[in-house]
Amino acid sequence: MTTNTSNTSHCADNGNPPEHAYTLGPLQVGPPCCDPEPLLRVDNLSLHYADKIALENISLAIYRGCITALIGPSGCGKTSFLSSLNRLTDMIPGCRVSGSIRFDGLDVRSPNLDVQHLRRDIGMIFQKPVPFPLSIRRNIELPLREHGMRSQAEINDRLQEVLRDVGLWDEVRERLETPAQALSGGQQQRLCIARALALQPKVLLMDEPCSALDPIASAVVEDLISRLQGRYTIVIVTHNLAQARRIANYAALFWMQERGGRLIEFGRCQQVFEAPAHRLTAAYVNGQRG
Amino acid sequence: MLKNRLATVLIWLSAALICAVFVCLLADMLRNGLPRLSWSFLSQAPSDAGRAGGIAPIIVSTGLIVLVAVSAAAPLSLATAILLSEFSSPNSRFCQVIERSLEVLAGVPSIVFGLFGNAFFCIYLGLGFSILSGGLTLACMALPIMINTATVGLRSAPDDYRLCAAALGMSRGAALLHLLLPAAAPAIIAGLMLGIARAGAETAALIFTSGYVDRMPDTLMDSGRALSVHIYDLAMNVAGGDANAYASALVLVVLLLIINSLASSLTQHWLRNRIMTS
Ligand SMILES: Nc1ncnc2c1ncn2[C@@H]1O[C@H](COP(=O)(O)OP(=O)(O)OP(=O)(O)O)[C@@H](O)[C@H]1O
Ligand SMILES: [Mg+2]
Repeated sequence: MTTNTSNTSHCADNGNPPEHAYTLGPLQVGPPCCDPEPLLRVDNLSLHYADKIALENISLAIYRGCITALIGPSGCGKTSFLSSLNRLTDMIPGCRVSGSIRFDGLDVRSPNLDVQHLRRDIGMIFQKPVPFPLSIRRNIELPLREHGMRSQAEINDRLQEVLRDVGLWDEVRERLETPAQALSGGQQQRLCIARALALQPKVLLMDEPCSALDPIASAVVEDLISRLQGRYTIVIVTHNLAQARRIANYAALFWMQERGGRLIEFGRCQQVFEAPAHRLTAAYVNGQRG
Repeated sequence: MLKNRLATVLIWLSAALICAVFVCLLADMLRNGLPRLSWSFLSQAPSDAGRAGGIAPIIVSTGLIVLVAVSAAAPLSLATAILLSEFSSPNSRFCQVIERSLEVLAGVPSIVFGLFGNAFFCIYLGLGFSILSGGLTLACMALPIMINTATVGLRSAPDDYRLCAAALGMSRGAALLHLLLPAAAPAIIAGLMLGIARAGAETAALIFTSGYVDRMPDTLMDSGRALSVHIYDLAMNVAGGDANAYASALVLVVLLLIINSLASSLTQHWLRNRIMTS
């Protein structure tokens, strides 16, 4: 499943998006990750809530610089999977995780790992945008200060950089001091992405980042995500299969089975969508019920 | 539709009844108290057992007692609320025991608090009849309501903030300080106000702890007479003290109103500023 289908080199490590990144047909060319190098490696991950099993024996690799889309029906444990990657599951009482997760050589589940540092490296965007009840500037400044950035000049630079990255700078430069909660939904979500980017994470986990947005705002966020390809390693959960097809390099299908969520198929996006190996995948991506 | 009509009428009637009670109370107090109210009433010491003179030392004592009560109760209740809402799950045994005890404590009559305060603060800790004993006793009384409102306020702060702050690698302390406490501030202040109101209006608990002495207090270890005790004394024990009792009651009500509105406008102002400035 990790065979390199593209022989033309489209390494997207120079910070610029590959040309086809957001046209509708990149799948024919093959995704632009040439040398898949796992940044996150999940082995035999199982996850329980109290007495209920939510995920069972998940093994997959998240490749550096690529966009991995997680798809699957509601309740099959995609959000749970994401939260176990940055140990957000620690916040849920009664939630137990077993198996191994390695991030860049680090054991994520090790009890003496610096969780705050891990979460700085693995940022997360939620389904519903959660701007803090502060000004736009403070929203980005607060986490930076928490992570020890002191110089105001440096903070301002970072602020401007990330707001430009998400295409919000021109919209909000005049009103940085106004409440962030007065922004529109799409702007709020982009602000949340900017806030996560400001910490310069290596991985960005996105849990249905577009599902609370109207089609236009959602297209803007989607464009943004595909522009981030190559600069960040992205794991995105989406119910929008067309979107997954457009932006992802890898796709993973989760499915709810008797005992809990399982990984049914994982592979290159093109292969998962066009030549699925599993009967359920074929049915799901073609919009039939499994 | 007759039922609907009837319900509407009943609701209006009960609302009107409540308003009427309030208006009567206020009118009674204004009619009897206002003529006595003057600058000299506020600035002089009482004389002739309170029939003449003013209430200056009594206002000062009241202020000090409330101050002691609030400065003891506010940090304690905030800390307890943070422990209950942030660092223990609502279903844990620990939480339930604490919450149950708070409920019981909230229902204890104030006279019992007075006896306890007398036995513990005045005698056991040797503080005697003093403003300090009175304030600390009131702090014990105000604790349950202050803890409850603060806990509810913190618990109802959006969970998203906790999760999102954690996902940004912020510590729980930072999330608490920058996001949750501000979100809960209105509730915390409301609890504080209720606590102050309860402390300011308390009589029974103070009779046994801060005493009757109506001289101007020099230190917190002096006995001091609170406004409510003064009113009680004038109305019950001093023939011809009614007029001054009314005037004192008016002062007490106005003071509580001022504190209340001041606190809420300060919170509003502070919350608005927090969004704007860094
Ligand atoms: N905090 C929790 N406590 C107990 N059970 C939970 C909790 N969160 C999720 N679950 C359960 O775990 C299973 C997986 O949930 P999860 O939220 O990961 O699904 P999902 O794939 O993200 O679904 P959706 O697509 O609807 O967001 C569900 O059956 C859910 O009921
Ligand atoms: Mg989900």
